[in-house]
Amino acid sequence: MHTFSTLFAGLLFGSGLILSGMANPAKVQNFLDLFGTWDPSLAFVMGGAIMITMPGFWLVQKRSAPLFHGVFHLPTRTDFDARLVFGAATFGIGWGLGGFCPGPALTSLPLAASGTLFFVPAMLVGMVIAKYTAVPSPKSLEV
Amino acid sequence: METEFTPFASLLGGALIGLSAVVLLAAHGRIAGISGIVSRILPPSVDKAGLPQGIIFLIGLLLAAPLWFLLTAAAPVQVVSRNGLLLVIAGLLVGFGSVMGNGCTSGHGVCGISRGSARSIAATMIFMATAFVTVFVLRHVVGG
Repeated sequence: MHTFSTLFAGLLFGSGLILSGMANPAKVQNFLDLFGTWDPSLAFVMGGAIMITMPGFWLVQKRSAPLFHGVFHLPTRTDFDARLVFGAATFGIGWGLGGFCPGPALTSLPLAASGTLFFVPAMLVGMVIAKYTAVPSPKSLEV
Repeated sequence: METEFTPFASLLGGALIGLSAVVLLAAHGRIAGISGIVSRILPPSVDKAGLPQGIIFLIGLLLAAPLWFLLTAAAPVQVVSRNGLLLVIAGLLVGFGSVMGNGCTSGHGVCGISRGSARSIAATMIFMATAFVTVFVLRHVVGG
């Protein structure tokens, strides 16, 4: 069940990205193109996701621990630092340029579009570079 | 190039993404942030304890398109730029930025906002803003 739930979560996530249109960079870029061929669909993706996660997370966190793990790994940071601002800004520029963010890019890998085959290895390299620049702060968690 | 407005498919697809995030939190107590899941299994400082589950989640993600093809007998519709250089630059920025900013569209945009995290709300507003500006410049200033 432990492994199956993780596999199922990955499959659900990828299927949601495909069904919603997030795995199509043209659709993502059209959402971002307010003054051109605007396609508002992506606002519905975010709305649909948050509609489930907001009550879902609330319910789950009423439990003292997850089903297959001792503790919840929730981000605890509340500070704003330069890395958050600079990182998010950089991410947004890349997202606009390619129309891909990490989930849709990986989901698109089996479709083997030439652009995806350029994007994904570059993305992994970018992640490794960012990890090397990170100031060690063992207390901080992702997000 | 125009794309069709798909409110129902997008809402339903979004709900599946949300459901996946709830399953991951309920089962493993983890946030479904794709950049976090991927970067934790990359060097340096590989998260050895989380490695197996991270890889299994990514296998699930990679199986979605083949499953879609099996069920619908059609490949998912997508148009990806053929400009390799542009996509290498985009990939580097997305990878670097999401790890430096501790999250991407899923971790900050969906999970973080749902938890009411001020960091995630700020990050989402910032990356949305730079993405809007980038596409504007790309399509209306540089290109046409």
